[in-house]
Order: sequence, then C-alpha cells, then structure tokens
Amino acid sequence: MTTQRPRVTRNTPKFKDLLRDTRFWRVAGQVIAVLLFLLLVILVVDNVIYNLRALGIQLGFGFLGSQASFDIGETLISYNPADSYGRAILVGLVNSLRVIVVGLVLATILGLVAGIARLSNNWLVRQLALVYVETIRNIPLLLQLFFWYFAFFLQLPNVANQITLPGPTYLSSRGLYLPWIQGGTGAGVWLLLLALGIAGAIAVWRWRTQVMQERGVRGNQMLWALAPIVVAIALAYIINGAIPFSITLPQIVDTEQIEGGLRLSPEFGTLLLGLVVYTGSFIAEIVRAGIQAVPQGQWEAARALGLKSGRIMQSVVLPQALRVIIPPLTSQYLNLAKNSSLAIAIGFPDVYFVASTTFNQTGRAVEVMFLIMITYLTISLIISLAMNLFNRTVQFKER
Amino acid sequence: MQTELPPPVAPPISRASSPWEWMRVNLFSTWYNVILTIVCVVVIVVGISNLLRWVFDIAQWNVVATNLQLFFVGRFPPELYWRVWLSLGVLACLAGIAWGFSRTDARWLSRSTLIALSVVVAAVILLPIPLSSRLWLLAIALVATIGYAAGRQLPPNFSSWLPVMWGVAFLLVWWLIKGGLGLAPTPTTVWSGLLLTLLTATTSILLSFPLGVLLALGRQSPLPVVRGLSTLYIEVIRGLPLIGILFLAQVMLPLFLPPWFRDLDRVLRAIAGLVLFSAAYLAENVRGGLQAVPRGQAEAAKALGLSAPLTVSLIVLPQALKAVIPAIVGQFISLFKDTSLLALFGLLELTGIARSILAQPEFIGRYAEVYLFIGLIYWIFCYGMSQASRNLERKLNVGQR
Repeated sequence: MTTQRPRVTRNTPKFKDLLRDTRFWRVAGQVIAVLLFLLLVILVVDNVIYNLRALGIQLGFGFLGSQASFDIGETLISYNPADSYGRAILVGLVNSLRVIVVGLVLATILGLVAGIARLSNNWLVRQLALVYVETIRNIPLLLQLFFWYFAFFLQLPNVANQITLPGPTYLSSRGLYLPWIQGGTGAGVWLLLLALGIAGAIAVWRWRTQVMQERGVRGNQMLWALAPIVVAIALAYIINGAIPFSITLPQIVDTEQIEGGLRLSPEFGTLLLGLVVYTGSFIAEIVRAGIQAVPQGQWEAARALGLKSGRIMQSVVLPQALRVIIPPLTSQYLNLAKNSSLAIAIGFPDVYFVASTTFNQTGRAVEVMFLIMITYLTISLIISLAMNLFNRTVQFKER
Repeated sequence: MQTELPPPVAPPISRASSPWEWMRVNLFSTWYNVILTIVCVVVIVVGISNLLRWVFDIAQWNVVATNLQLFFVGRFPPELYWRVWLSLGVLACLAGIAWGFSRTDARWLSRSTLIALSVVVAAVILLPIPLSSRLWLLAIALVATIGYAAGRQLPPNFSSWLPVMWGVAFLLVWWLIKGGLGLAPTPTTVWSGLLLTLLTATTSILLSFPLGVLLALGRQSPLPVVRGLSTLYIEVIRGLPLIGILFLAQVMLPLFLPPWFRDLDRVLRAIAGLVLFSAAYLAENVRGGLQAVPRGQAEAAKALGLSAPLTVSLIVLPQALKAVIPAIVGQFISLFKDTSLLALFGLLELTGIARSILAQPEFIGRYAEVYLFIGLIYWIFCYGMSQASRNLERKLNVGQR
C-alpha cells in the first residue's frame, strides 16, 4: 500500500525533482546571474588593468588639476588656457546647460504650435505642418546640423554686408546679433523683489481660485494676481530710483564690427536651431496624439458652453492632453539633452567637446568616459525627476 | 409572415463638394483662417520659388553626378561591384516575393506596383550612370518583378518561411560583401557610403534584437537580482548620449578585451557600440509589449503545465512582439539615422563619405547640394520604413477584428 511507503524516499529528493522545482530555480537563477555578472566584472577589470599596465597608464583624477592650455571659443564663466582641465570641463558644462535649457523651451513652443497646426481646420496650415514633421523626422540630426552650419550659417554674408532684420537684428557669418537686456545697477534687488512678487501673485491666484470655487463669485484671478507684482515693481523702483536694465541694441561700428546686443555665435546658433527644429518635430507628433486622445465629447461640451475654440484648447483640451503628452515628452527632453553632445560635430565647446579634447591631450580614456557618463546621467536624472513631479500634478486625482 | 425583405432604400445622395465649397470650408471658414491661408500661401510661394530657382539656377549638381558611385558604394573595389549588384538583386528578388505574397488579393498592376516600376525606369533613364549599371538595374528590376509574380502564386502557409529566407539572404549578402569562403575577402576599410550605412544598421538591429529581448525579460523577471542588473544596464545606457557610447566602443572596448582580441577593426567596434546602445532601447519597447499581454495568458499556460521558459517563448513573447512591431520599426528607423554618427569616428558611411567628397578641392563649398542629396537618401529610406510599418500595423489590426 502506498501509505506504507518508507519516509526516507521523501526526505531525499532526487536531483531531477530539484530541476523541476520553481523555488530552486528562483534561488539558482539569481546565484547564476550574480556569478555571471561577477565573472564579467572580473574579466573586464582584469583586462583593463592588464591593458593599462601594458600601455603604461595609471588611473586617477589628478590630471584634472593640471593646466589645460587649450582655448575655448565661447565661455560664459571666465576661462583662459592657463586654467585647469577641471575648469575647462566646467566651462563646457555651463555651455551645455545653456543650450539644453534654451533648447527645451524653444522646442516645446515649436512642437506645441506645430502639433496644434497639424489639427487645424485650415487645410494649408495642416499640410505645412505635415511637411515639416515628415521631412525633419526622417533625416538624421547630425546631417541637419551640418546643413545648418555649413550650408546656412557659414554662407551668410560677412559683417560688412550683413542682413538686417527688423528689430534691429543682424545676421552675418559671424553670428546672429539680437537686441538684449542688460542688467544695470541694483539688478539683484530688482530680481529678488520680482521673485517675491511672483511668489505673492501665485499665492493670491490660488486664494482667488479657491474663493471662486467655494462661493461661486467671480475670481478675477488675473487682476488680483497682478497686484503683488505691481507692488514689487513699484517698491523696487522706489528703492533703486531707476529701471533695472537697459536695452542694448546691436550697432554697426565702422562697417566691420558690430557692438552691443547679444551675439549668438554660428556654432551656438546652429546647435540651437538644429536641436529645436529636430526635437520640435517629434514633440509636434506627441502633442497631436495627446490632443486626439482627448474624447470628442469634451470639445462638444465646451462648445455647448459657448467657449471659443482657442479658449477650449487652452483650458479644456490641453490640460487633459497633458496626461498623455508628458511621459513621451520627457523622453524627447532627454533626447534633446543627450543630442546636445553632437555639438562636437560643428565645434561648439559643450561638455562632451571639452572632455573629448581633454582625452586627446591626456589620453585618459577611462576617467574622461567616467566624467561624461556622470555628467549626462545627472542631467538626464534631473530632467526626468522634474518631469515626473510635473506629471504627478496633472494626473487624475483619484480617491 | 413577411418573407420578403423591404425594398432597398436609396442611400442619401452625397454630392461631391465643388472646389469653391471645399475652399470655403477648408481655407476661408473664419476671419483668422483667411489670414492664416494668405500667410501660408505667401510662405509657400516664396519658399518654393526660391527653392526652384536655387535647384535649377544656382546649385551645381555635378558634385553629385560625378560622385554617385562614391555615395552608394564608396571605395569598394570596382572590379568587385558585381558582388554588390548581386546582393542588391537577391534583396530585390526577396522584396518582390514578400510584396507579391502580401498582395495576393490585389490586382496585378495596382497603383503602387506601377509607381515602383516607373521609379525604377525613370532611375535607369535619368540617372547619369554608366551602361553596365543601367543593365544591372534593369536586370534587378526584372528579377524583382519575377519575384512579385512568384510571390502571388505562393500558398498562404508560406508566410513562416519568409523570415527564414530573409535570414539566409542576410548571411548571403554578408558573405558576398565580406568575401571569404571561396571569395576574395575585402577589408572593412573599403566598405563605405550607403553600403556601410545599410550593413551597420541591419547588422546592429539583428544582433541587438536577442539582447534586447533578454534584457526586457530580465527587467520583468521575478528574480530581484536579475531585475536589478537589467534595469541598471537599461537606465545607464539610456541616460548616455550615443556619441558617448560610440566613444566607449571605439576607444575603450579594446581596453576591456583580452589582448589577443584587441585588434578588432573599426567597423566591428562601431557595430558593437550600436548594439549595446540599441539593445537598451529595444528592451524598453519589448517591455511595453510584455506588459500588454494579459496575465491570464501566462497563468493559463502554467495551468496547462508548461514550464516557465516554454510559457515565455511559446505564449507570452509571440504576443508581446506582435504588439510592438511598430515600436521596433521605429527603433530601426532611429538606428538607421544614428549610424550617421559614425562619421564623427572616421568611418565613411553615407555622412562620412559626403564629408570626404566635400574635401575634394574641386567641390569645396558645395555643402548644400551634397547634404540635400544624402538627406534625400536618408529620407527615402526612413519614410519608406515608416510607411511600411504603418501598413503592417493596419494589416495586423484587421486580422484581430
């Protein structure tokens, strides 16, 4: 009888049974994974050590302190060739951040406009947006950068025969000259007070919205929120007795030189233009998909309330579309940040460019690669963190 | 009992709107649409007239005409061109078969077939190419047409053989280009132009595919260690710019490898970089597909007594991969575009060969013509792939209803 089977056989499971047990595999799989990973790491580290010794290279970040002795074309913070490699890389990082931040803002605007244009009820606008998106998306960014740089910016006339655009804005092969504002004396106080004013405005806006929702009276948020800003500006004017900034216009000095204003170098201009136009076309498709994901009934309901189409887009459709838009938009932002490293193709000194020059001079491949990795991972992390926080505010508040 | 159907009611009369009505609805519905229309017309007229003037008057296209061979096959030895042409013929034949096979229900000479044929004929007539190339092109068009005709006759159960045939063709093309096994081997340094772009892109996507699937499975795995390692790999690679990974592959891969393996050539190093990069992105796409498969599928398979590997490979993966075909094609398109970065590492793929053509003293400064031309080549490939993937998606959706 089966019940009289000796217990010993049940206590010594066969090897075959073990192989069929998921619990065994759960442990064994992890052990195997760890072992394989460790083996890979040991192999790689061993090879690196061996190869570095064979090449006579020692690891270490000491080289960052030694003199860089190469010049950087564009700097936002002071730098000269006598500074250290560390300082040079910092200069590159600042340049990168400048392109990324400006690029993100402009690409978002362009993408939003093009995405809405793709759904316009005007046939021509729709077709133009379609041509823009389908052309730009299907051509490599690097090629577009080459095109903008070599076939557009560098073919512009020299300063003596620059192209004058209204503004006054000058376009020449030495770059784009824009009117700009310049911080004057007491700009710090102005900025501080303005920041306080804006914070106050947001608080007042929230309060008025709450009042409107609770009591059903007109909120007039815009009017109320203006008050703290006006107060802040008036206060700052009283303290300083002058407006904080002056507008500087680019001016042609003896037909060869342009002074004043903001100069965007051809390299910066190319990189910015290329990144914005390229990323904008992807954002346009994301925006279009997001808007189309909003149920048609929302449009119809808003129209039934008598809202105008611009107003519907702004306060009914876009807020709901944001839920669909933000996750893919985040990855486009990350792409823009990473693609800014293509600056090296046209010679804009961003962080990758400077790091690459450092590598060429010092031969420190491992350390330089490590620095590049850390830098871009940090930038990516910050962008996705910020976008995730933003994402949380627009999601459905479910209870 | 009423057995007769009620008499058919005539459908409502739909009148094709006159051009005037169409314009009123689509262009001039409101005052701001009138303004927009006028602005657009001005932009289009000015833009197109300037473009046409540039294309026909100012641009000097001889830089493209004289270097046509360089753009397509670069420095491949001319006496071995027959191998490239033969590869193209094999691919064209297979493409014809696949196309004919997918259109068994359509008419023989549909609009798309006619368009494809007329493009080839126009290319043969218009392009400034030597006689031998014209003959080759005609022969390839003929082979593709025969393939199309053959594809229409094939039974429906042939579809599982198509991937196998593509795989064999891929190996065949590699053998023809690379040589060896009876053919004179070519060094990878002579691979250039569009040929190199296509070789690196296809090879990278094929090699990264299994790696990407494994990483996706690893990321969904119930084993925390496996999941952690896969996630770490995917997130780190996705946080880095491709140019950094190519740098890693070109400069540091030799450091990571044992000394007897160090003289890996540059093309293979580039492919390694692209594979490492693409696998992480592919893994995320596949993960999306895995998440789209209902959990009941895996549970049902388990209830039938299938082991975990069998459940994954027979039940879950096929459904997951089918769901993400568009995303995978999208990944292929972006990888195709990304191969242009190899130009920054001294490889002469399409962008690289364009730069070297621009360095020729007689063509200095002809940037716009060259870049527009290769832009057009990239555009044709990428747009073609995205349209093909759209068709495929439509077809798969029809099958599900």
